[in-house]
Amino acid sequence: MAVYFRKKSIFIIVIAVVFLVIAIRLFSIQIIHKEYRITAENNALKYETQFPARGRIIDRNGLSMVDNKMVYDIMVTPIEVTAFDTLALCDIFELDKEYVVNCFEGYKRDRRKIGYGSVYFLKHISSEQYNYFVEQSFHFPGFSASIRSARRYPYNAGGNLIGYVSEVDQNYIRNNEGYKSGDYAGKTGIEQAYESRLRGEKGYTIYLRDAHNQIKEHYEDGQYDKEAVAGEDLNTSIDVILQAYGEALMKNKVGSLVAIEPSTGEVLTLISSPGIDVSQLDEINKHYSELVNNPLRPMFNRTVQSAQPPGSVFKLVNGLIALQEGVITENTMYPCHNGFTVGSLHVGCHSHPSPLNLKQGIMMSCNSYFCYTLRAILDNPKYESVEEALTKWHDYVASFGFGSKLGSDIPYELGGNIPSAETYNKMYGKKGWRSLSVISLSIGQGEFQATPLHLANLCATVANRGYYYTPHIIRGSEEHPLAEEYTTRHYTMVDTSYFSTIVDGMEMAVYSPGGTASVARIPGVVVCGKTGTAQNPHGDDHSVFICFAPKDNPKIAVAAYIENGGFGATWAAPIASLLMEKYLNGEISPERKWQEQRVLDANLLDKVKTR
Amino acid sequence: MAGNSSSLIRRLDWLLIAVSLLLIAVGWMNIYSAINVEDRSVFDISQRYGMHLLWIGISVVIDALILFAIPEKFWSAVSWWGYILMIALLLAVLVIGVEIKGSKSWISLGAINIQPAEFSKITTSLALSLVMSKYGFSFKNFKDAALAFATMITPILLILLERETGLALVYVAFLFVFFREGMSGWWLLLGAMAILLFVITLAYSPFIALLTALGTIWALIVIESKESNLWLLAVAAGIAVLSFLPKLLAVEFVSRYIHLSAFEILAIIVAAVSVFLIVRLLIRNPRAKLMRNALLSLICFIGLIYSVEFIFEKVLQDHQRARIEVLLGIKEDPSGVGYNVHQSMVAIGSGGLTGKGYMNGTQTRFNFVPEQETDFIFCTIGEEWGFLGALFILASYFFIIARIIYSAEKNRNNFTRIYGYCVAMCLAVHVVINLSMTIGLMPVIGIPLPFLSYGGSSLLAFSILLFIFIRLDAER
Repeated sequence: MAVYFRKKSIFIIVIAVVFLVIAIRLFSIQIIHKEYRITAENNALKYETQFPARGRIIDRNGLSMVDNKMVYDIMVTPIEVTAFDTLALCDIFELDKEYVVNCFEGYKRDRRKIGYGSVYFLKHISSEQYNYFVEQSFHFPGFSASIRSARRYPYNAGGNLIGYVSEVDQNYIRNNEGYKSGDYAGKTGIEQAYESRLRGEKGYTIYLRDAHNQIKEHYEDGQYDKEAVAGEDLNTSIDVILQAYGEALMKNKVGSLVAIEPSTGEVLTLISSPGIDVSQLDEINKHYSELVNNPLRPMFNRTVQSAQPPGSVFKLVNGLIALQEGVITENTMYPCHNGFTVGSLHVGCHSHPSPLNLKQGIMMSCNSYFCYTLRAILDNPKYESVEEALTKWHDYVASFGFGSKLGSDIPYELGGNIPSAETYNKMYGKKGWRSLSVISLSIGQGEFQATPLHLANLCATVANRGYYYTPHIIRGSEEHPLAEEYTTRHYTMVDTSYFSTIVDGMEMAVYSPGGTASVARIPGVVVCGKTGTAQNPHGDDHSVFICFAPKDNPKIAVAAYIENGGFGATWAAPIASLLMEKYLNGEISPERKWQEQRVLDANLLDKVKTR
Repeated sequence: MAGNSSSLIRRLDWLLIAVSLLLIAVGWMNIYSAINVEDRSVFDISQRYGMHLLWIGISVVIDALILFAIPEKFWSAVSWWGYILMIALLLAVLVIGVEIKGSKSWISLGAINIQPAEFSKITTSLALSLVMSKYGFSFKNFKDAALAFATMITPILLILLERETGLALVYVAFLFVFFREGMSGWWLLLGAMAILLFVITLAYSPFIALLTALGTIWALIVIESKESNLWLLAVAAGIAVLSFLPKLLAVEFVSRYIHLSAFEILAIIVAAVSVFLIVRLLIRNPRAKLMRNALLSLICFIGLIYSVEFIFEKVLQDHQRARIEVLLGIKEDPSGVGYNVHQSMVAIGSGGLTGKGYMNGTQTRFNFVPEQETDFIFCTIGEEWGFLGALFILASYFFIIARIIYSAEKNRNNFTRIYGYCVAMCLAVHVVINLSMTIGLMPVIGIPLPFLSYGGSSLLAFSILLFIFIRLDAER
């Protein structure tokens, strides 16, 4: 029987070995491999994201420019849908049967893409429909109602300024930490600039679910849940009523209108026209291609992105530099006989008395006067060469904030351009140019480019008699005090004492007979202004105007840049002064009502040549 | 015959009884955990755990009858009648049976369904015990062997006709009993080799399967032949080096003319040497049985390797093919056929060392694992009781099986011994196949885990199977 005993042992040994293999396998999957545990958690725990309410955007007077509304949507998980009463569903939402059938054909087509996921069945239903559906929802397995918070815009103002919020894409997720697909983020304007403060913190509720994705219970009674933290409200310097008024004035015109409070650098209005209507912000995806394809480029924020020659308003800067350099005084007289002529070079000017001093030059915007002035600056014997003089001039201009980004909190700001000696060396060759070659700089033409925000900042600098605060939209709070750059005075290289002459000239432009800007007079306030007419080789000249008021303790500085608007006094001056009047007086005086009406009715769009 | 009942009580193997009842209790607890998500009465027979409790009650009563009311001689006396009755029942099922989940193996008795295939294990075991315990029975006697095989194969065929492939497969268990009772072990090895080659052919390539077959046969020759093995080893090492030589030396011209991988070269060389060895030994000693068998099996293996594709594509049913493909990693299908196994492994794997605690398994309680109270009941144990719990179950089964084998070997009554082996092997095959399936070691084969799985037929069949042995064993 020895062989039988051997067999008994074989049996027990073989079974032991097989059981050992099973035990080792168990050890491996239960103890060594962690991925099963993780998969199990992913399987069973459903994290339902609680989206925080985005912070409101509040204007300087405490009015909500943007707040939130509840949007009710109906979602459907096609794979969970069983036979339901189509007519009953149509009844609830007042739908055609066709719509439902089409939807489901679509889901069937996309079934691979949808998989076990949910898709929108209806968007933006009323709260009554929502409530009724919730009561009836058990009749419609696979359908669910969802509430989400969406942006609401109480005023039709500031589309570009506010910017839009949309679902993040893969690219955005890659470049920004803390976002997941399905999240929303501000993509332009204030929404983008202050995304981190507005977004809040997502929370989640953890549920246990079964293999059919059905929620079984609240995980551990919610003790691991995290509540969503609402985004912060953002206090801005924008005056939403003024913004709306300015947008009305800019209707059917292409250009920018920027207002700054000189004493703080706070931006009061920032209008790029034509702009995005706030009603389009809500569902930007729907309007996106329409907006992008619009030849007038409503998505383009001209206030900070359209860098163009400013025209005559730049004469102020040249005047100030000349005073500081001592090459002229306020009493220096220059002649003008319908322009400035040296040899074959001629810079035209309109008819006005001659000769004239600096204030008069500003008042009448004499081209000739400032050609002489620039020559005096550049041909200053103090400097060895015109190159050196231009470099000095460049530094002066840069001290006004030109030629680089001002550093505002408005996204996508451009820096504009100040030509340097190098620029002209490249154009004409070294020593191949002289002051006359660059004479158009005297009147704000040529290679010099500035954005409307730069011009408004120039105006604020003049209003402050020599310094500016970096323009900004945000207002400080205890929790978030203003960044230092917004509370620091940036002095120009020109002594503050020289500014009074320029300011007087600007006052005269508005109030003296023969001044270019008499259209800008506002009852009860002393207005200082400077017109500009930026030459435009492609069509009608651009109408430019900068102004501030009151003359003493200025409250508002405005820059208006109306493309193809002709003379500065034609459109820019009335628009800028109306905006100022609205801000200072709260309403337009009866004697200027006609002006207001004229502006509101004007349509300059057909003058605009679109590419 | 036992003298009186009190001595019978002393002679019963109470440890075996206790462990099996413990497993039944653990089974019920886990079925309750797997199903009961709402709080309902444990006696609620509308729920499966309530129903199972009822079955446990019935089993215990029947087990008690087997132990105390039915004389031990009864089983050998009625074994043929029971067997014939069962065959008739299996035939009847084909006609009057109810189809559940694609297999027509159920008889409906009003509220409950009975699966005769589960019970035929008992009758087949009894019948085989009777056949093989006959005085002078030997597998060398063709008549005896044929009767034993016929007894085993008849129910297999009927169960296959009922489309219960898994339950039919379990009858492999009786082959091990045959081995115990004198059938040549070569047949088992041959069978194991055939399965191995089938798998290798599918998972890798026919070449590697061929290599394995030749290598095995070669190894057997080396072990069994009386010749000095040294030169064979040298040849083996040489071949191994040679086959990788082109790769090692990066000889361009060799690979230019011979478009074979190192494995293929190895296979060819091994084949050549094997054939050479076999032929040489056959010439020297034409009657060497070992050589003849080796040559025959080689031919069979080669035939098998090249018919694998045919078997796989034409003979197997779609779901069987899919299960094998998933197991071998030929296809990934975590949401389809692979879903069960994947979820089952996730459930067990997530249990960790000590498990998530009773009634706390997230995977099994929330229906991630299909069939979690029947064939996949082990998932609940693995998830809620962890590695230690699983090990405890494994140890309990090992205890039961080893103790049956031990007791069977000690018993002088051939009928009891053979029956004991039948019981042990049935349990072992069920346990191994079921557990291997839940942890992804074997394709999904739908058979229950003895004593633990939900299902009245299975529970009743296994406890009757075991308790008959306990009763028989009480008469040493």
